[in-house]
Amino acid sequence: MKVITTKGVVKIYNPDKIPVKALNGVDLEISEGEFTAIVGPSGSGKTTLLNIIGGLDRPDEGDVEVGGHDIDAMSDNKLIDFRKEHIGFVFQAYNLIPVLTARENVEFVMLLQNRPKEERHGRAEELLRAVGLEDKMDKRPSELSGGQQQRVAVARALAPKPDFILADEPTANLDSKSTANLLDLMAQLNKEEKVTFIFSTHDQRVIDRARRVVTLVDGKVATDEVRESE
Amino acid sequence: MLFRLAWRNIWRNKRRTAITAASILFAVLFATFMESIQKGAWDHMINSVVNYYYGYVQVHEKGYWDEQTIDKAFPLADSLKQLQEKTPEIRQVLPRIESFALASTGDHTSGVMVVGIDPQVEDAMTNLSGRISEGRYLEDNEEAALVAEGVAENLGLSLGDTIVLISQGYHGVNAAGKYPIKGMVHFGSPELNKQMVYLPLPVAQYFYGATGLVTSLALQLDSQDDIKPVVKVLNSKLDTSTYEVMDWKDLLPDLVEAKTVDSAGNVIVYIILYLIIAFGIFGTILMMSKEREYEFGVLISIGMHRWQLALAVWMEVIMLGLFGALLGILASIPLVWYFHVNPLRFSGDYAAAMEKFGFEAIFPANFEAHIFLTQALLVFVITAILAMYPIFKIRKLKPVQAMRA
Repeated sequence: MKVITTKGVVKIYNPDKIPVKALNGVDLEISEGEFTAIVGPSGSGKTTLLNIIGGLDRPDEGDVEVGGHDIDAMSDNKLIDFRKEHIGFVFQAYNLIPVLTARENVEFVMLLQNRPKEERHGRAEELLRAVGLEDKMDKRPSELSGGQQQRVAVARALAPKPDFILADEPTANLDSKSTANLLDLMAQLNKEEKVTFIFSTHDQRVIDRARRVVTLVDGKVATDEVRESE
Repeated sequence: MLFRLAWRNIWRNKRRTAITAASILFAVLFATFMESIQKGAWDHMINSVVNYYYGYVQVHEKGYWDEQTIDKAFPLADSLKQLQEKTPEIRQVLPRIESFALASTGDHTSGVMVVGIDPQVEDAMTNLSGRISEGRYLEDNEEAALVAEGVAENLGLSLGDTIVLISQGYHGVNAAGKYPIKGMVHFGSPELNKQMVYLPLPVAQYFYGATGLVTSLALQLDSQDDIKPVVKVLNSKLDTSTYEVMDWKDLLPDLVEAKTVDSAGNVIVYIILYLIIAFGIFGTILMMSKEREYEFGVLISIGMHRWQLALAVWMEVIMLGLFGALLGILASIPLVWYFHVNPLRFSGDYAAAMEKFGFEAIFPANFEAHIFLTQALLVFVITAILAMYPIFKIRKLKPVQAMRA
């Protein structure tokens, strides 16, 4: 079942000064449960596409439908609620809340969703155990390594049980071992939690693990390769 | 959750918190100190002029204050003597007869104000005996004078010398007398210091040819708050076609005007002070907002509503404001207390310039709770208003741009 559809998506930065066409008519369909890598050289529009799919940015032209909703038609507040309920984000720089512990970071979005305390605690512990951080639950981000922080970020993204996880260069700041661990974890969660994962990446190790690889060049889909399931 | 986030963010960057709290602390400290000194100086001035001489309320014969002549002296009737018994807010009634005279000794002459007083009652209100710098205080009916230090200096008089007074008495009577100087009096107010001569009331009445008459009744009250009610009561009890009842503001319009002009001038100084304070606090809020733009972008991205984020940041600044204002009050207390007990005293040209205007160059700090609270509240309100800036920024924030910053 198609859960994300983009049709003729165009995004132009600096339209009034020196216009830069970041996306130049992207047509893409992503189905439920996919484990997709969006690749391409720097400036090809990977991050812009993820931002538009995630409702963080709006296209200048074209249509974007996510989970059956035309997200371009949503108000700013509705988009925030939509992201909170349906989309999990994993950022290149982890972006955990520095003043909260690993457990509180994972609970944060659930707290915004007004989930009951017991549910929040249970889910946060379950996820932190799943990412192998059961002994770091009460540590703040500054007390964790980069790999550990990124695992907390993945747990945070999964906590509200989203339909999709959008990960922008999730392994860019990780060493080989942490990258391998993170990819194992995401693949496992994709399988067990049935969450659709979409990455933007340069990292060959991530590309190798993806079951579908969409290559962007100059803001357009250049190739779209679907691989055999693992 | 928002409170927890705000609270922890305060302690996240201790240096930034310390800078912001310190800027609020110094703002409160500076503003409190300034107002305490300003109010203290005026209270001291009013106190030395009003409480120690004029009294907060005076009763005269109608028209006396506009045309201050001995001819408008009036008999001290029993009903007037009993004012104190009828009006409990009145602590003392001071009968006085006063007029100007020419004082002379040897080759020197000087214009002075000769005031006839009831030595005991006067002392109870004005503590005149406490102002004796040399010699002794007056007895009830003795033929002697107390002379202000400035008068003695002008005339070259010493203790035990005789002062000769010449004036026009009641209804044109020639007034002349000579009195040994029993004591020298020091006044804080240079104006009083240069013109006051005291005689016991019966002696002064005799000198002016006005036996049994007074020109004013100065009233000492329990509290400044009693001024209005006492004036109202007296106006209802006394025959207002014969007597006039005036409070110190009516008696000393120049002083009131000077205070008003000074306060108006200070408003400009306060505005400049608050602007400096506001810019100082705004600088730290601006720094904080800029530093955390990325984080704000992330929080909105993962589903935090702008109002929730704005509220958390606002609470953070408000808590910092409260913390800084509280510290400011605590820091102000010992400083203001010190200058309350040890007033600033100026000397030299500045003191001379102030004396020309009739003021003593002493600035005690006013130690009153409302000054601390008002200034802390004002600085807190400024902080609360400035805390709107991050709210404005968050409202306009575009998460993608913020995270690219």
